[in-house]
Amino acid sequence: MSTATERTQTPRGIEGSGYEAVIGLEVHAQLLTRSKMFCSCSAAYNDAAPNANTCPVCLGLPGTLPVVNREAIENTVLTALALDCEIPPFTKFDRKNYFYPDLPKGYQISQYDLPLSRNGLLAFTVGDRQVRCGITRVHLEEDTGTLKHAGDLIHEATSSLVDLNRAGVPLMEIVGEPDLRSPDEAREYVVRLRQVLMYIGVNDGSMEKGSLRCDANVSLRREGDTELGVKVEIKNMNSFRAVHRALEYEIERQLEVLRNGGTLVQETRGWIETENRTVSQRSKEQAHDYRYFPEPDLPPLALDGDFVERVRTRLPELPGARQRRFESQYGLTAYDAALLTTTREDAEAYEGLLAAGVPAKLAANWQTGDVARLANAHHVPLQRSGLGVAGLAGLLRLLESGAVNGPTAKALLDELYLPGGDPEAVVKERGLGQVSDAAELGRIVDEVVAANPKAVEDFRGGKQQALGALVGQVMKATQGRADAKLVNSLLRERIGG
Amino acid sequence: MTLSRDDVAHVALLARLGLSGDEMEHLGSELDAILRAIDKLNEVDTSAVAETAQVGGLVNVWREDEPSESIGADRALANAPDREDGMFRVGAIQE
Amino acid sequence: MAESYIGRTVAEMAAALRGGRITAVELAGQAIAHRDRVDGRVGAFLARTDAMALEQARAADERIAREGEAAPALCGIPVALKDVLVLEGVETTASSQILKGFLPPYTGTAVRRLLDQGAVVIGKTNCDEFAMGSSNENSSFRPVGNPWDLERVPGGSSGGSAAVVAAGVVPYSLGTDTGGSIRQPASLTGVVGFKPTYGRVSRYGLIAFASSLDQIGPFTRTVEDTALVYQAIAGHDPLDSTSSPTAVEDPVEALRSGVEGIRLGVPREYFVEGVEPGVRAAVETAIETLRSLGASVEEVSLPSTDAGLATYYIIAPAECSSNLARFDGVRFGLRVEEPSLLQTYLRSRDAGFGPEVKRRIMLGTYALSSGYYDAYYRKAQKVRTVIAEEFDRVFERVDALVCPTSPTVAFPQGARSDPLAMYLCDVLTIPVNLAGLPGISVPCGFSEGLPVGLQVIGPRFQDARVLRVAHAYEQAAGFTAQRSPLALEAGAA
Repeated sequence: MSTATERTQTPRGIEGSGYEAVIGLEVHAQLLTRSKMFCSCSAAYNDAAPNANTCPVCLGLPGTLPVVNREAIENTVLTALALDCEIPPFTKFDRKNYFYPDLPKGYQISQYDLPLSRNGLLAFTVGDRQVRCGITRVHLEEDTGTLKHAGDLIHEATSSLVDLNRAGVPLMEIVGEPDLRSPDEAREYVVRLRQVLMYIGVNDGSMEKGSLRCDANVSLRREGDTELGVKVEIKNMNSFRAVHRALEYEIERQLEVLRNGGTLVQETRGWIETENRTVSQRSKEQAHDYRYFPEPDLPPLALDGDFVERVRTRLPELPGARQRRFESQYGLTAYDAALLTTTREDAEAYEGLLAAGVPAKLAANWQTGDVARLANAHHVPLQRSGLGVAGLAGLLRLLESGAVNGPTAKALLDELYLPGGDPEAVVKERGLGQVSDAAELGRIVDEVVAANPKAVEDFRGGKQQALGALVGQVMKATQGRADAKLVNSLLRERIGG
Repeated sequence: MTLSRDDVAHVALLARLGLSGDEMEHLGSELDAILRAIDKLNEVDTSAVAETAQVGGLVNVWREDEPSESIGADRALANAPDREDGMFRVGAIQE
Repeated sequence: MAESYIGRTVAEMAAALRGGRITAVELAGQAIAHRDRVDGRVGAFLARTDAMALEQARAADERIAREGEAAPALCGIPVALKDVLVLEGVETTASSQILKGFLPPYTGTAVRRLLDQGAVVIGKTNCDEFAMGSSNENSSFRPVGNPWDLERVPGGSSGGSAAVVAAGVVPYSLGTDTGGSIRQPASLTGVVGFKPTYGRVSRYGLIAFASSLDQIGPFTRTVEDTALVYQAIAGHDPLDSTSSPTAVEDPVEALRSGVEGIRLGVPREYFVEGVEPGVRAAVETAIETLRSLGASVEEVSLPSTDAGLATYYIIAPAECSSNLARFDGVRFGLRVEEPSLLQTYLRSRDAGFGPEVKRRIMLGTYALSSGYYDAYYRKAQKVRTVIAEEFDRVFERVDALVCPTSPTVAFPQGARSDPLAMYLCDVLTIPVNLAGLPGISVPCGFSEGLPVGLQVIGPRFQDARVLRVAHAYEQAAGFTAQRSPLALEAGAA
């Protein structure tokens, strides 16, 4: 199979096949703590020189011992609360034993049978369908170091280099129930989960940098069956798009095998972005025996009600709730509300505009329209632009009051977005105020009508566009400052028709 | 409880110990003897007790999230058997 | 030239330093000279740190000159450290080939506390490889001779640390105890060996063998000295999450109380047939001495004692199999270069670890492996609870337990080649580690001309009480005067 065929996904089964896909996602999210999980080295490894952020503990030197980072525990509890999970009264760490060069101790301190939380939920919509995906558990562990392979491909490399800057960075593992039924649902799950994690400030959401990683387990079964089919694990999906495409491919691949009467092998497969396919990574006979046992160097955690409630006070309004509130409180469409709550910063910017006196609809149009365009073009969000929320609010208030017209406001936005400035002052300084005096505009309209007989004729003859040319002339005569609506009505009045 | 040769080989691989054939043989029978002696454990009634999770009885031991100076790459690599470009070098991983 | 202080106690040396009768530099010089005189025959030293010792001694002399009586008790006193204790810049091997040449970039907490007090380190001591053994015959470098009879073992795993005190080279040393590795060699070499309550002394900087059992402790010639060293090293360490935040009772003060009215228990299971008659006799005499000092003595029972060995030989190997996984030749230690990573792991670990270490790694890996966890590891941790609870119940009726430390006196090198026979050395010490209790061995006489040790065991955190009982006995019994033949060679006082 070389390419995935687009396959229409009905709400639950795979149309026309008699099968349904069962997908469960496992997401690893690095926590935004300042120090590592079990030692005080800096957790900011991205720009550090190799092995610069290491110490005897995270190097796994003999005689060293781990000490838990309290902030990491709180961040994980915060995540659990945001995902509606239960926090048990007792939790502990366990050792997961295996040999690999990026694992300095020869074991990873993780959690096995008593994780920090379980039984949560992530609800979202795909199209107009409500999806409720269970969260099996959220637990805490330490990240491994990184490997650089000579020649990049691990199975060909004759040597590899180990950098332990990342070793020991706190890592949350979020395991979802196999409640997802399509690549669309899977993609949206990752989008929504990432959004929640960024809203609560525990993860930076970067799949490219690897601070957010996603693996999938996918199997097929006959529609109506309750037993799970042979499970295949898919790794190496580094973007939302990759998640979608890899799952599409894999589902099709599995269908092909089943249709041809073959049997599926339980295995791990890697997604090769450049080749648009998944490739078997290892046969499961070499299955790891992790020999989990409770970590003797770390006392267990008993997180009581007080602790959990204190963490709960750190929970901000979550994206779903915020979106719904924007719809009802500000009368926004679901579409606009979703756009304006994409990130917490966006939502706060919007409510900042409202607090500064900008009407809800106007603020929404501008923020989702021209502001979004500029933010994307310059890679600078509104809050960090020179103009800022306050500046934009000022500008929009000028527009709302009629002090400037639409085109002027747009031009000012473009000009002031990065460098900043006081819109009111600029308008005053350069005389950009809107011309809305009917008498004055009337004079100009008359002049333009007189000077453009053909356009007038065309308009009278039924060509609506001709009016636009006349409006343009009036605009030109007023350096773009005329009240467009008034110009329009004056022209129609003069010309008739 | 008799350990087969395969059992011994499997455990040795899990533990990354490259035992010779003789060692495998020898260790196998020693382990067997030890495991038989350990069967004594089954004579103790443990139906009413929980495992000792931690001897100390401590809970909630943690530290504040304050980063501190690392020892630096030079010291980190000082005992490295093989290094390159500030990193530890290993042979073919061959996945 | 100052008189010889070889064979003297920490307390005596400290008094002499403050009294101007000797300098720390001179003490170091004497220790080093005696070491060089005897160690060719004893084999107790690995790394020798003479240059560092002299520097430390000079600094100590300056400090004593400045602070006088206020200077810490251990200032200027020579010491040796078991080679599982990490000391920055000094080769630390755990007596294993896999760590040959390893120079730690840091110093462990217990050692750091000694250095902060002005200790003078003259070397690292030999031990069983990775602290696994009861005779020091598992050292990958050389065995250690017992200063009372060089053809016999000093016990283990801290054989070297025990021997250097017994030979009079240093007045104290640090060892570690996981299943008896301080107490048993103390018993076999006629010195005092103390294992504090689990969690009392930080394990940061102790090359881990069995994390839930390991503790660092001192070897000395007297219990008073033990109290001084214990006081210096004990106490909470934020770098060790299992270290106890409970405040340390002043152990030196506690020594004065005597044993009048103390209730002592004698566990009948500790006098089983494996205990040599000569050992039994010496210990029974010791118990009588305690009774004559005003302690009450009654028989108690710890029914699950004989399950202790089996419990230990699942838990300790399981934890060590995991703790020793970091010795993979990647970042430090022995690497046997092979083209593939897997072969490098296999060959390096095969070449680097000795037979006993391999045995325990295999046992531990097996006990934790899929399908066997419940039957072995989980079961062992439950039996451990049973053993600990039996001690708890007994301690409701008595204040401390007294019994032998080792079933036998020192045996000849090579006499116990069967691993199981070797494991039996620790039957009387292992349960104490399983329950995390404090335990001490004090010399209580001889059998066949070889030292016998009396073990005193207390409830968790009653370290001071254990020292108090041991001290009272020691002062009454008078065995502190004993000197091994090697100690006498230096004209020891």
